Amino acid sequence: MSDFLRALTRGSGWLGLIGLLLIALLLLVAAFGPFFDLPDPTRTNLRARMVAPTLSWVGFGAHPLGTDQLGRDILSRIVAGSRVTLVVAGAAVVLGGIVGTLLGLIAGYFGGWLDRLLMRLADIQLAVPLMLLALMVIAALGPSLQNLVMVLALVSWVRYARIVRGQVLAVREREFVQSARAIGASSARIILRHILPNVLTPAIVVATLELARVIVLEAGLSFLGLGVQPPFASWGRMLAEGRTYIASAWWIITFPGIALMLTVLAVNLLGDWLRDYLDPRLQVR
Amino acid sequence: MLDIRDLSVGFSRDGRFARVIDGLSYAVAKGETLGIVGESGSGKSVHALALLGLLPQPPGKVLGGRAVFDGEDLLALPESRLRDLRGARIGVVFQDPMTALNPVLTIGRQIAEPLIRHKGMSMRQALDRAADLLALVGIRDGGRRLSQFPHEFSGGMRQRVMIAIAISCEPALLIADEPTTALDVTVQGQILDLMAGLRERLGMTMIWITHDMGVVAGIADTIQVMYAGRIMERGPVGAVFASPRSAYTWGLLQSLPHGARPPGGRLHQIPGQPPDMFALPPGDPFAPRNPFATDRCRVEAPPLRAVTDSAPGHSVAAWYDLPALLGRAA
Amino acid sequence: MTPPLLQVRDLRRTYRARGGLFGGGLVTRAVDGVSFDVMPGETLGLVGESGSGKSTTGRLVMGLEQPDAGQVVFDGTELTSLSATAKRPFRRRMQIVFQDPYAALNPRMRVGDFVEEPLVVHGLGGDAAARHDAVAALFRTVGLDPAFMRRYPHEFSGGQRQRIGIARAIALRPDFLVADEPITALDVSIQAQIVNLFQDLQESMGLALLFIAHDLSMVRYLCTRVAVMLKGRIVEAGPVGAVFEDARHPYTQALLSAVPIPDPARERGRRRLPFDAGAFEFQPDDALRDIGGGHLVLQGDPR
Repeated sequence: MSDFLRALTRGSGWLGLIGLLLIALLLLVAAFGPFFDLPDPTRTNLRARMVAPTLSWVGFGAHPLGTDQLGRDILSRIVAGSRVTLVVAGAAVVLGGIVGTLLGLIAGYFGGWLDRLLMRLADIQLAVPLMLLALMVIAALGPSLQNLVMVLALVSWVRYARIVRGQVLAVREREFVQSARAIGASSARIILRHILPNVLTPAIVVATLELARVIVLEAGLSFLGLGVQPPFASWGRMLAEGRTYIASAWWIITFPGIALMLTVLAVNLLGDWLRDYLDPRLQVR
Repeated sequence: MLDIRDLSVGFSRDGRFARVIDGLSYAVAKGETLGIVGESGSGKSVHALALLGLLPQPPGKVLGGRAVFDGEDLLALPESRLRDLRGARIGVVFQDPMTALNPVLTIGRQIAEPLIRHKGMSMRQALDRAADLLALVGIRDGGRRLSQFPHEFSGGMRQRVMIAIAISCEPALLIADEPTTALDVTVQGQILDLMAGLRERLGMTMIWITHDMGVVAGIADTIQVMYAGRIMERGPVGAVFASPRSAYTWGLLQSLPHGARPPGGRLHQIPGQPPDMFALPPGDPFAPRNPFATDRCRVEAPPLRAVTDSAPGHSVAAWYDLPALLGRAA
Repeated sequence: MTPPLLQVRDLRRTYRARGGLFGGGLVTRAVDGVSFDVMPGETLGLVGESGSGKSTTGRLVMGLEQPDAGQVVFDGTELTSLSATAKRPFRRRMQIVFQDPYAALNPRMRVGDFVEEPLVVHGLGGDAAARHDAVAALFRTVGLDPAFMRRYPHEFSGGQRQRIGIARAIALRPDFLVADEPITALDVSIQAQIVNLFQDLQESMGLALLFIAHDLSMVRYLCTRVAVMLKGRIVEAGPVGAVFEDARHPYTQALLSAVPIPDPARERGRRRLPFDAGAFEFQPDDALRDIGGGHLVLQGDPR
């Protein structure tokens, strides 16, 4: 841990540090947002429609970032949206990560027909365009939050599976795994105790980069109306709603757009840095 | 031929810095074969890389010293001049024949390359010469094999190719860094015979770096034992083997198995671990593992001094008198 | 007459590489009809150069690979036909130590846990506290401070890692140990330490040892009997003294003549016997024949 922090704070780690700080900010906002005395993000106020941003908290009914076409406060919607984004993206990454890693472990360790089956499955899925897949699932199952998470997880498991499988193939032949077989350890034990800890680092790198991708995907799906449904706020939805008012009320689309961009940038910065940091350690001495 | 004075090399890792070679000085006469013996951490390979300008400069760093080859200080030369020397006047053979050759170029081209560069031959001439060289190193059917790729050769043959490349321009000095360590015993034997023969024919001066005492006994005129970046003992190979004066040399020789085990016998072992270059104790670096160490050894590093009652050229870095101590212990 | 602890009969293992784009696959007979016995408590050396099949033989004996043909009989029970579950009790009695101390330990596992694992897998050693003591005792047996139990492999040197590997191998108190080139990757000054350790363990535990190596002088020192392998077959076998002093097979003779002796006076004058392994082929009527005193040589029918 101290190595990790030391590497972040010196030299070329500054980009990763920025990423980490921005993400920390996001987490703080998402966690403590409701405690601030912000207007209800879903409460419409048709008398205060499309109020321009004042950038201050002062004054009656102050709206620092303005209101949207239904009079809802943009700032509180952004804060609320951040929670949705984090929860959805986080859940999707965790779900996709667990499923993908598990399947990668099984495919890599056991090989044979199981491996071939899983890899063909992965290939088939990669061949289907993302949006089409999402459309099919949501159309069939309905646009709920759970289904959204499921779709996003479905879309990303393949990346984990591929990387983990590759690493498993390399680790499987190492002498300490042979030694575990020689003492009669069960396959489950070998996979969980010996192989998994040694393939985890690349999986983590994939997870951080997938997080960025999933956030963008969620925004895209919400933009198309397939993701988070009203009245819940989601940055993607806000982008979609704000589209028509670009000329008249630019703030409706701009601020959520900036929030989205900063978040994805932060996750990418951290993910890239993490990959470089972990890379030499992937060569276990 | 080669005169090294006070060579010091440092290495940095994880923010820490260590002097892996400290004030190394020795000389190699023309036509002599010097066998440098050491284990991991002894600095035997590192100093050779430093001489040739092949040390990766971070994390390594040449801290000082001179290495005079035929009038020029290798450590002070620019890379371009070193490149002229390498291959032409100094030949190098490395340990790993698997990775030292370029897998996508034919053997012929790889042997021809130094000839074209240093001798100004044309490709045709160089390839003809390459075929001769292959015959010289004992590879039959040289003409046909020139157009083959490294993966079509076995380990032993690849090492022969490496040797062919190294001697192609008839260098005055050949530096071989553990050239036979990765090879099978029978192949090693063939390569050793080959090198001895080549040395006769070409009159080369050789520096042979190894960890194998048997190999040194066979091929070297002078043996130099290194530990933790310093010379522990040096001298004519017969004298050093017959009467080692450094506890380290003695320990190494004693821990080699001789014949069958006598009942209840144990191999002599040198206690402890190889040194951690980042945490060297003061004084003689071998002192912590030396049963004959004196208090002075632990405080002050002994200089290399001539041994008076042995063959000329035999010198040792020790404060203690090993034969006397052994005589007493017997 | 005590029965042998291990009997290997006509073991075979062939590797078939898949053919490339243009050619057929390469068939390698890694182990081509190998048979030998190991008596309880003895040390059998298995020597050969690369490609001889000695490491593969070790793995086949340990059941890490399935032979294509042949039998491995341990203490009267034939192992190759058993299922993985049926083999489990035998895992306690046969163990293996590997060559590369850097790959033989799980880098993400504390070494104490690693040495403890065999006990955990077989449900031995009592509760956690008792197991902890058992592991500490094992550490001391191999010459390591039990305080190191909580460290990770990268904090140790090659020789220390090899000791850890040995501690794990003897945790179950096996009767038989396969040592696959255990000292090859170690510095010369450490090799003697490890060989002495093996010796001590044999004396205290009555271990039988299959010592796979290419260092002939070490084999001569440590082993009572030796078998020389070439291209998947044993070409000569017998008591160490007989084989080393009176080698009959041309390969053994060539091998012995090539081993460098650390004595300048003797080494300078040596002539190495040539042997072209590439051109050498086994004859159809080659078999291991006893030429007296248990000294076996692979040769054609003498009649």
